[in-house]
Amino acid sequence: MAEVLVLVDHVDGEVRKTTSELLTIARRLGEPSAVFIGTGDNYSAAASVLAQYGAEKVYRIESADVTDYLVAPKAEALAQLVASASPAAVLIPSNAEGKEIAARLAIKTESGLITDAVDVQAGEGGGVSTTQSVFAGSYTVKATVTKGTPIIAVKPNSAAPEAVQGAAADEVVEVTVSDAAKTAKITDRQPKAATGRPELTEAAIVVSGGRGTGGDFSKVEDFADSLGAAVGASRAAVDAGWYPHTNQVGQTGKQVSPQLYVAAGISGAIQHRAGMQTSKTIVAVNKDEEAPIFELVDFGVVGDLFTVLPQATEAVKAAKG
Amino acid sequence: MNIVVCVKYVPDAQSDRTFNESDNTTDRVGVDGLLSELDEYAVEEALKLAEAGEGEVTVLTVGPDQAADAVKKALQMGADKGVHVNDKAIHGSDAVATSLVLAEAIKKIGAPDLVLTGMASTDGTMSVVPAMLAERLGLPQVTFASELTVEGTAVKIRRDGDAASETIEGTLPALVSVTDQINEPRYPSFKGIMAAKKKPVETWSLGDLGVDASQVGLDAAWTKVESFQQRPPRQQGQIVTDEGDGGTKLAEFLAAQKFI
Ligand SMILES: Cc1cc2nc3c(=O)[nH]c(=O)nc-3n(C[C@H](O)[C@H](O)[C@H](O)COP(=O)(O)OP(=O)(O)OC[C@H]3O[C@@H](n4cnc5c(N)ncnc54)[C@H](O)[C@@H]3O)c2cc1C
Ligand SMILES: Cc1cc2nc3c(=O)[nH]c(=O)nc-3n(C[C@H](O)[C@H](O)[C@H](O)COP(=O)(O)OP(=O)(O)OC[C@H]3O[C@@H](n4cnc5c(N)ncnc54)[C@H](O)[C@@H]3O)c2cc1C
Repeated sequence: MAEVLVLVDHVDGEVRKTTSELLTIARRLGEPSAVFIGTGDNYSAAASVLAQYGAEKVYRIESADVTDYLVAPKAEALAQLVASASPAAVLIPSNAEGKEIAARLAIKTESGLITDAVDVQAGEGGGVSTTQSVFAGSYTVKATVTKGTPIIAVKPNSAAPEAVQGAAADEVVEVTVSDAAKTAKITDRQPKAATGRPELTEAAIVVSGGRGTGGDFSKVEDFADSLGAAVGASRAAVDAGWYPHTNQVGQTGKQVSPQLYVAAGISGAIQHRAGMQTSKTIVAVNKDEEAPIFELVDFGVVGDLFTVLPQATEAVKAAKG
Repeated sequence: MNIVVCVKYVPDAQSDRTFNESDNTTDRVGVDGLLSELDEYAVEEALKLAEAGEGEVTVLTVGPDQAADAVKKALQMGADKGVHVNDKAIHGSDAVATSLVLAEAIKKIGAPDLVLTGMASTDGTMSVVPAMLAERLGLPQVTFASELTVEGTAVKIRRDGDAASETIEGTLPALVSVTDQINEPRYPSFKGIMAAKKKPVETWSLGDLGVDASQVGLDAAWTKVESFQQRPPRQQGQIVTDEGDGGTKLAEFLAAQKFI
């Protein structure tokens, strides 16, 4: 069976949930091979997780040339693997970095590229069939790659990870990175303080606040914490400096598709919808009964978030005991 | 410093965007279009750089007849000249082919010091064309800038990532994509609108670029849209008005849905 390459998404060896999702998808298409780019110390932490979700092989790339520079060396490394392993497909996390790696890989390997896939299945007559959600979630598109090795950037939450023990045979890969790929260097890195909350795009529940918070996100955060949720924000709240841009939900922020999305003090502009419209269940709290967000909701409360959210928080805490 | 800004003409997100039934491509004619809002940030940044030093800002678009509007808007904002690559054969191109046409057009414009792009188009929203251009043109890829400084030949940006805020450096000539955090795009002034009418716009075909028609368009695309389906509009659920028990009712709903 042909290999399917999965680019491992990890922070210092801590493997993100998207990777187990991608390995699960890879198994539908062939034999999952994880591609781990990082240092040796980090690898030991990652290896067991990769085995647990079915990686039969792990290609390990340690070169500092690959890790210190922006995406180009990673694309070169993957291109070398594509040439040597002739995989049935390459699966890459559909985040900013992943999409850029995929972009360069597509050109290098003369392959078609699909980004933001929300589902990937084996195609009927071979190949790979993908589903994308487009135009702010108003359309669903099915597409295939017709040339080269299908390169698919897959969004978080696109599959339920299935634990299947894999051999995770360790194979160290020496890559030669060209000078041309080393022209954009990361010269400083200020890690962000951890919030202790789940990552926005991976979370099962997201609670977001907008301009209606007036800058006070405490009620939004308290409610999120009662549910174990991630916190999001509208662009109005981000532009006002009330919440970090990395938490922005929408067209120019994160596209999330959780089980439950709660919008508090958010009107529901098209650009905001673009980032949350495909959530399973949507709830809104808004003072204005005419707010467009109510068109989307499964449950809506017309009211002041400063009274509704604290009451709901207490009720959730009470229910959880 | 010579700057080329890539600007895309896109269907307005506020209108009902759809696909052509005949070939599953994006409807770019039946829906009002405009300069992709995210590319305005790239135009603004180019204008600021040009104003701070010397140099010329050329805006480049690849698109159908109507895409001339995107060039016009950028010229009204203050760009010096425009290039519009327009050829029927380009219809239905995927990202790989689009990047080929853009790269060849940039070469023909003549080795700019800086190529600026938006962070993503507002229709395809792939965020891949900038990286593809860097790959094709062999330029340092310095992308997702929320701050940009150019000093001599050194390019430096700040990028706000999830795990960290990073500084990324490269040297000119380079490709830089900018986010919507970088600046506040200007509105065209009356003077700008009048001046734009006299600014040169060149229209090029594939032949002018030496690109063979068989390399682009729907038939040459390396990806194929098999089908599209409109998502049924979400059904509005239950709306309650808070009468002192809104929070309790919300929690009851969540419990009934097994979220608690
Ligand atoms: C190119 C472009 C990209 C964009 N990208 C994004 C994006 O990624 N994400 C995004 O969110 N937006 C984006 N926007 C902006 C978008 O158009 C809206 O301006 C923005 O979403 C509005 O944020 P909001 O809903 O918080 O604010 P508003 O529209 O001002 O809504 C505030 C809401 O809060 C309600 N409210 C006020 N007080 C209370 C209270 N005490 N209790 C309950 N409700 C209250 C009001 O009734 C109102 O409905 C983009 C715009 C452009 C042009
Ligand atoms: C809903 C939808 C889904 C699609 N899915 C795929 C897919 O999975 N795979 C695929 O290969 N193609 C796909 N396409 C086609 C693809 O979007 C177009 O080929 C497009 O030209 C390149 O991608 P983008 O618009 O997403 O650009 P992005 O990569 O998001 O654009 C980033 C920047 O590149 C510049 N730019 C992009 N296009 C142009 C242009 N025509 N003229 C000038 N500057 C430009 C702009 O500065 C822009 O801000 C899709 C199109 C649509 C509408």
